[in-house]
Amino acid sequence: MASVSDAELKEMTQDERARALGMTTEQLTGQSMYIEFDPDATDRFTYPWAPEVDFNKRTEIDTDTMTSTEVNSKIRALMAEGYGTIVLKNPRGKHSLGVGILSRLNLIIEGSTGYFGVGLIDGPNVRISGRVGWSCAENMMSGTVMIEKNAGSTFGAAMRGGDLVCRGSVGSRTGIDQKGGTIIVGGDTGALSGFMMQRGRMVVCGNAGKNLGDSMYDGTIYVGGEIKSLGVDAVTAELTELDKAWLTRKLTQYGLMPDKGVDHFTKIVAGKQLWNYDNLEPNEKKLIL
Amino acid sequence: MAGHQYRGSEIKDVDQFLKDAAGLETEREKEIGQHIGYRYDVNLVPDYSRITPFLKQYMEVMGWDDLNWLEDVHMGYEEGAPAVFDRNINGWVRVPDTIDLPDNQQDRDMIARELLIKFQMSDRHPLVNLRKAYMKF
Repeated sequence: MASVSDAELKEMTQDERARALGMTTEQLTGQSMYIEFDPDATDRFTYPWAPEVDFNKRTEIDTDTMTSTEVNSKIRALMAEGYGTIVLKNPRGKHSLGVGILSRLNLIIEGSTGYFGVGLIDGPNVRISGRVGWSCAENMMSGTVMIEKNAGSTFGAAMRGGDLVCRGSVGSRTGIDQKGGTIIVGGDTGALSGFMMQRGRMVVCGNAGKNLGDSMYDGTIYVGGEIKSLGVDAVTAELTELDKAWLTRKLTQYGLMPDKGVDHFTKIVAGKQLWNYDNLEPNEKKLIL
Repeated sequence: MAGHQYRGSEIKDVDQFLKDAAGLETEREKEIGQHIGYRYDVNLVPDYSRITPFLKQYMEVMGWDDLNWLEDVHMGYEEGAPAVFDRNINGWVRVPDTIDLPDNQQDRDMIARELLIKFQMSDRHPLVNLRKAYMKF
């Protein structure tokens, strides 16, 4: 592949850029992509393209008259200027606020957000003082999200990593299709929570609704209160000392540790009677990882 | 090891899939010629007493009190070699032969987390070129 400068790339169409960088010359074989590590590589903690931000450099945005797109563009511009702590004032339930933030940042939202808030994030620490609508932190990759009040349905849907915490109660289908990370609910969760969960951990300090963990492939659900009913192929398992240590650490970290400790939590895992991985091609199985 | 569970057959020792790459055990696996399920315990939560200085530093830089997304990263075993799965490229990244593997999965997981960070943040990660190709200027 010939070396191409950023200036040359900038003049190209997307299709031309993809060809110039050899993206169309590789064949997808469905096999594992083996790449050797370079143990002598420079230690770095952020992506090469991530803006250098300083947590101590703080600013505020009054979002009252702005659209969601304008707010999200403004956040990116401020990060490029090095702001590491950004406060959003007057969000007034706008949808899709704070989506697609792919590096470290402290984002503080003073108020409530609408649907799909802080989705697709990879790294930031978000604090929301109000409530959140449907699908908060959907497809979250890493970082922490803390909601002080209640959350809507499909909280943390398809989440892949990080900590998603709601101090209040959440709606139904919490963590549907969860593929990693930790969801913590301080109150109760609705029906079909953990539906088709594939891995990761969910902690519910209160009660869980009907069909908890229905059709879950893997992962673990811990419930401190009562469970209305378990879903298909969700079974109870022994709470190990390692589980207790992890629960204690996690709940203490977010100020949600129950007075009576964690010994009363019920652990739910997949019974794995519904597993049909042997019917899939090997590359399809890898996608589930 | 506490919290260590595996579907189909128990993981008998930490080197099981290094010694037996195919891992065909049940009748069904032998019939289809393919191992079913993971080659490590995906539900194993980290033992924070084994965390490395590099990972502590990473947590500090990111402003996290724990391993965050790295809690889901484990050392796996593909085709008889230790490797770590990189979700950003949907593929396995091989652990260099020069690294001595500890005798327990928890310490191996910490090594896998450290190596994955170093790889993902490096300029030679495939996402660097992918981003150049498809990003909006």
